[in-house]
Amino acid sequence: MTDMNEKLVFERPESVVDRATHYCPGCHHGVAHRLVGELLDEMNLREKALLIGSIGCSVFLYNYLDVDAVEAPHGRAPAVATGAKRARNDCFVFTYQGDGDLASIGMAEIMHAANRGERIAVVFVNNTVYGMTGGQMAPTTLVGQKTTTCPGGRCRDKEGMPIKMTEIISQLGGVAFAARGSLDSVKNIRTAKKYLRKAFECQTNNLGFGFVELLSACPTNWKMTPVKANERIGEEMIPYFPLGVYKDVTEEGGAC
Amino acid sequence: MADKIFIKGNEAVARGALAAGCKCFFGYPITPQNDIPEFMSKAIVDAGGEFVQAESEVAAANMLLGAGATGVRSMTSSSSPGISLKQEAISYMAGSGIPAVVVNMNRGGPGLGDIGPAQGDYYQSTRGGGHGDYRLLVYAPATGQEAYDLTIKAFDMAFKYRNPVMILGDAILGQMKEPIVPWQPELPGDEEGAEWRLQGTGGREKRLIKSLFLEEGALAGQNQYLQAKYEKMQGEIEYEAFETDDADLIVCAYGSIGRIAKSAVRKLRKAGHKVGLFRPITLYPFPAAPLLEMAKAGKRFLTVEHNLGQMVDDVRLSIRTVADSDFFAIYPGNLPTPDEFEEPILKSLEGK
Ligand SMILES: Cc1ncc(C[n+]2csc(CCOP(=O)(O)OP(=O)(O)O)c2C)c(N)n1
Ligand code: SF4
Repeated sequence: MTDMNEKLVFERPESVVDRATHYCPGCHHGVAHRLVGELLDEMNLREKALLIGSIGCSVFLYNYLDVDAVEAPHGRAPAVATGAKRARNDCFVFTYQGDGDLASIGMAEIMHAANRGERIAVVFVNNTVYGMTGGQMAPTTLVGQKTTTCPGGRCRDKEGMPIKMTEIISQLGGVAFAARGSLDSVKNIRTAKKYLRKAFECQTNNLGFGFVELLSACPTNWKMTPVKANERIGEEMIPYFPLGVYKDVTEEGGAC
Repeated sequence: MADKIFIKGNEAVARGALAAGCKCFFGYPITPQNDIPEFMSKAIVDAGGEFVQAESEVAAANMLLGAGATGVRSMTSSSSPGISLKQEAISYMAGSGIPAVVVNMNRGGPGLGDIGPAQGDYYQSTRGGGHGDYRLLVYAPATGQEAYDLTIKAFDMAFKYRNPVMILGDAILGQMKEPIVPWQPELPGDEEGAEWRLQGTGGREKRLIKSLFLEEGALAGQNQYLQAKYEKMQGEIEYEAFETDDADLIVCAYGSIGRIAKSAVRKLRKAGHKVGLFRPITLYPFPAAPLLEMAKAGKRFLTVEHNLGQMVDDVRLSIRTVADSDFFAIYPGNLPTPDEFEEPILKSLEGK
């Protein structure tokens, strides 16, 4: 008989509720949720966390995380987070927003919350499309990418270039940490988690605004298999949306 | 504490909020309410609270939503175009049971209109204003003292009903200086909202504040719950009845216009005319029952508003089974004198 002692190496984080999610196969929202859940556990933040949900496929995130949560109107999560954090400074306040939510209707709210240096963390899931409403063009849709509202492919002259949010956010005064990660490979997921931890620490260490963009797949609206969709991130998205840290005041040696 | 102070209506609202324990204020400049954020930018911070000049009214109202969800007494103020922008968040707050106080110092519209006094936002204030079936408790103060008193009450009501409450004033109320006597209400302890507010689970079950109800029948249930709440608010109606007992004609007017109409009524009384004033203080719920009693007693009605006829609908709905109301419009942006009310009042009195 060989020794069959099993070692458990992978568990559900306590901050993540034990239930099935509503996401499509191959969607990265679930991966992003898990990273957030792991960090809430590891950083001991769950009991003081306040999630500001937003509009889009992730609207039910509050059903999957075991934390207090409030639902914000489309795009307004950074303003709702500002109010919540100002009212209860001892809470750990974070938003979780899609690209339509954050880079389109909520552009003003994200820019100003970042510029004010609100002590909040923002998880920004960029899947280059409006997922929930059925695959319309987003501000992040790549040039040439076909969507239901740019059926011929996004045209630079008519629709403009895809907006690079992390680059923009990192320019703003109140930002302590801004980085872009990706969820397409184990290596990138590990790095993305490091970025999220840094962004969360900016709040717990009272340094300023923390922002992490996560390049993610939407196989359904990209009309691709999960595997192909995952590959597209590396082949098409990362070249236009380069990964890395764009601002880190702890490395720059001081608060903003 | 009973000393009189000489202040603008806007400042009376701000001071009332501070007395009521308001801890967060989110504003954006627009005339004629700028005194409120200007005053708050120092006073609320001195009192240990938070002030944010938001990037827009949209953001200010959503900051209010966030602060309100944590159970902290919070307020925003604006004027007509800004209130339109706040409606999305107000609908969300009503839909998800978030208490907050919203001040509208009504100016003239539609569109950019002008910065003078008007009452054109009556429909918007009393019919929800944003999307969906909802209502706000709406107070319409006529004096600086009332502005102070009703703002204090607005916070209590917002928490009692877990609903946004509106203070609806106008440029006359906001900009006019007069003496008021500030007072300090007894404040609720830290237990206010303890059974629903968000502040991190701290070990208890997680809480969720939301307005999305997708499961079969869930939204109907939520709307039923909200309607029942609005029904209960009927118990909060307030109004002023001045010289109404033996009056043949009741002038219906609210806010600043109610106050000016009162001067006109007083003058006409002196001249022997049997006129009285009915001034709703809660615009929603509308004080329909006392008005109907007057109609049943055989009185005639004239509604005077600083708009083209909005509250007159509620007056008519209240008395429709027995009577009707005449209407006299004061065009938005003008500042009327009591004398301008005399001719329409006398005409109505004579049934012309
Ligand atoms: C004010 C408003 N406008 C539009 C909508 C409709 N809407 C719901 S989800 C959505 C798109 C969300 O896309 P994104 O933020 O990219 O998230 P994803 O679904 O891709 O995760 C839109 C436009 C809304 N709910 N509210
Ligand atoms: S539509 Fe796209 S973003 Fe939404 S759940 Fe499906 S894969 Fe995910």
